[in-house]
Amino acid sequence: MRLPDVVRHTWAVASKDLLIEFRSRTAIVSAAMFVILVLLVFTFARDPTAVAAVDLAPSILWVTLTFAAVLALNRAFQLELENQALDGLLLAPIGRSSIYLGKLIANLLFVGTVELIGVPLLALFFNITVLPYAGPLAAVIVLATIGFVSVGTLFSAMTVRTRVSELLLAVLVLPFMIPPLMWAARATGPLLAGRPLSDIIGWLKMLAAYDIVFVGLALLLFPATVNE
Amino acid sequence: MLRAEELHHSFGSVRALDGVSFSVRPGQTLAIFGPNGAGKTTLLKVLAGLIRPQRGRAHVEGGRRAIGWIGHQAQLYNQLTVNENLRFWASLYDVPPPGELLARLGLDEHADRPVRALSRGLVQRVAIARALVHNPAVLLLDEPFTGLDRTAAETLGRLLAQHAAAGRATVLVTHNVEEGTGLATDVAFMRAGRFVHFAPRAGRGAQQVGEEYRDAIA
Repeated sequence: MRLPDVVRHTWAVASKDLLIEFRSRTAIVSAAMFVILVLLVFTFARDPTAVAAVDLAPSILWVTLTFAAVLALNRAFQLELENQALDGLLLAPIGRSSIYLGKLIANLLFVGTVELIGVPLLALFFNITVLPYAGPLAAVIVLATIGFVSVGTLFSAMTVRTRVSELLLAVLVLPFMIPPLMWAARATGPLLAGRPLSDIIGWLKMLAAYDIVFVGLALLLFPATVNE
Repeated sequence: MLRAEELHHSFGSVRALDGVSFSVRPGQTLAIFGPNGAGKTTLLKVLAGLIRPQRGRAHVEGGRRAIGWIGHQAQLYNQLTVNENLRFWASLYDVPPPGELLARLGLDEHADRPVRALSRGLVQRVAIARALVHNPAVLLLDEPFTGLDRTAAETLGRLLAQHAAAGRATVLVTHNVEEGTGLATDVAFMRAGRFVHFAPRAGRGAQQVGEEYRDAIA
């Protein structure tokens, strides 16, 4: 398969998923509401005299985004089961990698939208400043998101035909999400505390390495997960 | 054009295919009749490459690009319109979206309606358009007449006849002996994962084929 074909087919799959989500808006609204509710609960439940908001915010941000992402990832292949469209995709003369990459891109944009809602709300509810660190913070969020969404997209394909796909996806994907989440939380803390970018460059490299390894592995393993 | 060699496949203890071998030539339309659980759908899925047989081999000349498939489900996205669905599938085959085909299937006035708003029969017509979008050399059809009204069934019959006349092959699985026989150049009966009859139709009518079918699977 030539690279321009892979790019064209990948975009066809991704844009179709995004159009479907744009039409239904069910998953994005659920995930966004989840983020808002969790952040509100944390805002009211925390004791502001015990731990400073800036110390607590990174953990809360990443816990919230993790579970919102799991909610979102589950839909990636669910919509292919409706009317067995997955059979049509598998029968089409496109590489399995195009299906995976298309789903990955759609999921990244989808989870990215949820993050765009979550981060400003976190800043608002916890009264912390993010604008001066917006660039480095965006780099941390993008790298961490690519990591766990790449793994989540693969597991979503594996679990979608099971009866308890939502539960199974969470159980399978969470152990793989721990490294990027841990590194992302450790990078976010110093950033919000106003430390220089050089302090977190190691975490960014770790996140980038994780992304390269797991996107590569997912591309290799994806055909085996969808072939009957 | 299409060849199956000693296909074997089981689901647990259930033997779905038990040594099925046959070939289909250009211009041939093979109608396969059989009771529920005979292995017809499994056979089509193996021919399409959606199931890898445990033993044996299926080969379609031209690979996946050459196959048009209608399964039990429409393989359409409910939230997208008819046009959007067909444009999507056409883009995967690198062909322009169908225009004339929509009109021939009576879908042009429904082109901008979401699939979820269509009746069962209209959805089946869109599924037919999807299967034909890339003008495939081999059509694999699983109960394609389901939900179609008489006019749409006649249109499908004409499309399949033109497909065969253009030197293309069709394998058709159906319970409807009358419609299946009318289109077939060859007829097969399947029972318990095997062909119990495979022969050219040779002028036999639906009634005769129906009687032979009942005798063969009794």
